[in-house]
Amino acid sequence: MNRYLIPAVIFIGLVAILGVGLNLDPRHVPSPLIGKPLPSFSLASLYEPDRSISETTFLGKPRLLNVWASWCSACVVEHPLLIALAQQKNVEIFGLNYKDEPRKAEAWLKKHNNPYKSIIVDPEGDLGLDLGVYGVPETFVIDKLGIIRYKQVGPLDNQAIEEIILPLLDELS
Amino acid sequence: MLAEIGHFALVLALGIAVVQVIFPFAGYRYGYQNWMAAAKPCARIQFVLLLTAFAVLTSAFVQNDFSLAYVAQNSNSALPLPYRISAVWGAHEGSLLMWVLILAGWTTAVSALESELPDDFVSLVLAVMGLVSVGFLLFMLFTSNPFDRLAQVPADGADLNPLLQDPGLIIHPPLLYMGYVGTTVAFGFALAALIQGRLTAISARWIRPWVVASWCFLTVGIALGSWWAYYELGWGGWWFWDPVENASFMPWLLGTALIHSIAVTEKRGSFKNWTLLLAIATFALSLLGTFLVRSGVLTSVHAFATDPARGVFVLALFAILIGGALALYAWRGPGAFSGNRFEGASRETFLLINSVLLAIATATVLLGTLFPLAHEAVGLGKISVGPPYFNLVFSLVMTPLAIALSFGQFARWKSDSASRLVSSFVYTLLAAVGITVAAYFSLGGNDFLLAGVGIFLGALVILSVVRGIWDRCRGRKNVLLTLWRLPRAFKGQTLAHVGFAVTLLGATVTSFYAVDEHVRMKPGDTQNVGHYEFDFVGLKKFEGPNYRATEGHFIVRKNGKTLAELYPQKRFYHVRNTPMTEAGILGGLTRDLYVSLGEPLEAGSWSVRIHYKPLVRWIWLGALFMALGGVTALSDPRLRNAKLARVAAGSAAHNG
Repeated sequence: MNRYLIPAVIFIGLVAILGVGLNLDPRHVPSPLIGKPLPSFSLASLYEPDRSISETTFLGKPRLLNVWASWCSACVVEHPLLIALAQQKNVEIFGLNYKDEPRKAEAWLKKHNNPYKSIIVDPEGDLGLDLGVYGVPETFVIDKLGIIRYKQVGPLDNQAIEEIILPLLDELS
Repeated sequence: MLAEIGHFALVLALGIAVVQVIFPFAGYRYGYQNWMAAAKPCARIQFVLLLTAFAVLTSAFVQNDFSLAYVAQNSNSALPLPYRISAVWGAHEGSLLMWVLILAGWTTAVSALESELPDDFVSLVLAVMGLVSVGFLLFMLFTSNPFDRLAQVPADGADLNPLLQDPGLIIHPPLLYMGYVGTTVAFGFALAALIQGRLTAISARWIRPWVVASWCFLTVGIALGSWWAYYELGWGGWWFWDPVENASFMPWLLGTALIHSIAVTEKRGSFKNWTLLLAIATFALSLLGTFLVRSGVLTSVHAFATDPARGVFVLALFAILIGGALALYAWRGPGAFSGNRFEGASRETFLLINSVLLAIATATVLLGTLFPLAHEAVGLGKISVGPPYFNLVFSLVMTPLAIALSFGQFARWKSDSASRLVSSFVYTLLAAVGITVAAYFSLGGNDFLLAGVGIFLGALVILSVVRGIWDRCRGRKNVLLTLWRLPRAFKGQTLAHVGFAVTLLGATVTSFYAVDEHVRMKPGDTQNVGHYEFDFVGLKKFEGPNYRATEGHFIVRKNGKTLAELYPQKRFYHVRNTPMTEAGILGGLTRDLYVSLGEPLEAGSWSVRIHYKPLVRWIWLGALFMALGGVTALSDPRLRNAKLARVAAGSAAHNG
């Protein structure tokens, strides 16, 4: 009698796994850089071409690093949320201008306002490559030791800000 | 108005399907013969209703009725007519309608063709198939209705996915569905046998044509998908172990195991439990495939509907149908189905070994497909399992299988000895080794160990088949007449086994000896690949019916002599804004030469992929042989002539 039950038992296990799997999102790919320090880089700053920004600039305070570009339409959608974060919640945001032209970036910021403390210019996408950026926009939470703590793929929304980013920033301060 | 008729037909079909389930089961339980007789007319009415619904949906596509949500999502007024029709099964809702239609078709076929089996058995089979139909119709009516209307009718539709605008992909889904859905027949037979508490050699004989028929469709459907991927996707690849590819391959593997298990049950009365379990499992895998494609659990190029709500429904359907079947198996299995003894290196042993090996292969593919999901489900994070795992494990399992296949054809039924087999087989083995050595000297290469194993196995199988034919013709005066008179079942078996070897050889040689160059070329450049030269002559742009294209002109030469001119294209479909590649292929029995355009680079140059693929067509040729072998075996008149069948089964029943 026992061995005839084996297929049924295996089947129940299979259904359980599939059932749990239904609640997971196959498109959500976590970044392997979580918990690792920012890769080292040295790139120019927009508006201040003589100054360069490196990973050490990020030490001392938890910040957001927002990857954006003037050619990215979803960035327009999330931008007001970044403005609100910078002005009302006093969150320090660095921008990473990814595969863009400085003139177009400046024009875009003039039109949509500038929430960024500083903006890293990455026209070739080198830093983006090291960060594992595969789409724009993306937002990273960096702690005061320069370690990457969270990556938001795609535009920010209120849910992500309220439930993940703000609590995380509080925790890191 | 017409769409509402289609919708109503679906609802009526559901009602009829419910009757088809309840009356036969209740009739069986309480002994009402005329209730059981309700199954056959119900099956036929259901088929007519579903055919009506399908016709209505097709006419909506042909007439560009964008008030139907499904039509608006998958068609466009610029879409050429053949693709407007194939768009009916191009996405989730419509393909489900095709699924239930084909199920109704198989059910009707069973009701019409099974006149030799006892009526109550057939009614039970129809009732089980009706139960599956009920499940799918409920799924359609509650979550996936192709006849849903849009409140605001768009001016034009979103176009059919350009990947599907291709002749190969018009028939790939229908063929596959014929195969998938056909496994329901085996499921029905198995459950009917379990309910009645007996599986006779006669009913085993009658299930075989249905299993072989659905298996043939699956074989061709899978091969077509592989062939399509090869010429359409532009990378020269033909199998990616994609979850949905695996979902079609697993029922095929188990279906093969089932065919061979039935052969033993029918001839010797053994393996009854294994046959029943395989029949249930083959259908289960077919259902699992449906679940994987439509639930959003796995991402894949094939994934239809990534909608967890639908996924829950299909999972529940899966759990109820298969859970119920396996519970029935656990309850009725023990004691009801005993088999006959067999021992040593008998043919039963070899068939059992191969049946188990095929089941192991299926299990490893299932493990690889679901492992990432299980890994994430228990919280261990995301991983992916890809071709390295599958290729390794599958090859490991296929190796003993090919050897057992070669020896097993010569083993005697009931009892045989390994030493007799090996000693009678020595020359065949040596010949296979000889061929492998010859291959080494002509093909060479660093990785010859692995390639050599594949070549040896393929050669061994073919030689063993030839040896089998020779054994039957030996000593006869008229060899040709003897060959002609060989039973079709034997011819079919021969052809199918040769097909297996041909595919094995094609896959081995192409995997190890293909040359793949990915280069930057501009018009005027020449690239050497293998022994061939490829001249990039020029580019041309033009407009198609619903796309614009850039076409490259290539000349292929060998030793200075021109072999062919190839015209790979890069197309851009307007409505969905997606690019597509059409490769330029010089095909042949011994090798393919393959050119595809990649991306435009700076200064008028393009990235170009050029492949030399030896024996690649053997992969699909072998599949064709396997399917032809199945069809040949099906056409054996002993299957259809009831008297002959009874005589054959009677002698088996005597021994069993």
